[in-house]
Amino acid sequence: MRAQYPASIRIIKVPCTGKVDLIYLLKTFETGADGVYVVGCEEGNCHFVAGNLRARKRVNRVKEIFKQIGLESERIEMFNLSAGEGTKFVKIAEEMTERIKNLGPSPISKKNIGSDNQETVSINSNS
Amino acid sequence: MIIGEGKPINEILEMILKHKKIIVAGCRGCVTVCSAGGQKEVEILSSTIRLAREKDKAPIEIFETTLERQCDTEYLEQMRNYIDEYEAVLSLACGAGVQFLAEMYKKIPLYPAINTNFIGVTEKQGIWSERCQSCGNCMLERTGGICPITRCSKSLLNGPCGGSSDGKCEIDSEIDCAWQIIYERLMELDLMERFEEVEDIKDWSTSRDGGPRRIEREDLKL
Ligand code: SF4
Repeated sequence: MRAQYPASIRIIKVPCTGKVDLIYLLKTFETGADGVYVVGCEEGNCHFVAGNLRARKRVNRVKEIFKQIGLESERIEMFNLSAGEGTKFVKIAEEMTERIKNLGPSPISKKNIGSDNQETVSINSNS
Repeated sequence: MIIGEGKPINEILEMILKHKKIIVAGCRGCVTVCSAGGQKEVEILSSTIRLAREKDKAPIEIFETTLERQCDTEYLEQMRNYIDEYEAVLSLACGAGVQFLAEMYKKIPLYPAINTNFIGVTEKQGIWSERCQSCGNCMLERTGGICPITRCSKSLLNGPCGGSSDGKCEIDSEIDCAWQIIYERLMELDLMERFEEVEDIKDWSTSRDGGPRRIEREDLKL
């Protein structure tokens, strides 16, 4: 499938979203990402049983932290889809890009991503 | 182990508001096990502080470290060669660790990043509960291994009180009545005659009533 997704998205592949620790999510923002979303398998379909459920809890925890420190919690999100749903993947990518565009750039300075353009990071276990 | 819990981030940000260069110091002891102040929490807290301060256009430099223990001078000593380069230390150790750090480094402001709550156990991943109030005179041999001082909301020595209902405590229906558990356990152990003995008034001088406590062991002193 050769579907196009927005160029501002940088994909970080992980073996399972259960590998996504809180600190990874915070670090992506520290290095200047404007938004981050985690794409895991459908709930109930995790090869490691609960990886995607744990990832969701961590995403929620980052949302809480953001609310406390006054950053928009909408900058981070968790999505679930199956590996065969390429079209849905593109839809999510577009939805997230649109959301971040509306929120505007993150107030955190861009450090290591070498560009001032909008950057959304997708942490993905569906390859 | 000692169970603690991170302070609200805004409280922490307020404490360190005027500082631009700090050490965030964790402890690999109890607070690592209860996920309140180990290396991972140091990383998460430091990252959160940096994000909050960047957002407020008041960036902060943080040196992250996690000592083996903060309640032992030999590990605290490891900070000696760099501590002077920083304006303050934010410690994720228990209250004992923070105080010992303060005793050792008198010229640097110290801030606690966690609240020290109790001596307890990990019931399950993510759930901790209190088991001991360190009264200094253990009586568990008489209560089937269940501490009435800690687990009975009124610390009754001869329970239960009239508020025990359906195995729950009148203080909170989520809390098991300690004396109900003691009763069941003694029954299982066939030690029900224990209930015929009246527990004397406790000598609290081994507890907080005797002032700050101290243990000295001649055989161990160097
Ligand atoms: S109900 Fe049980 S636990 Fe609660 S105060 Fe009375 S004896 Fe103690």
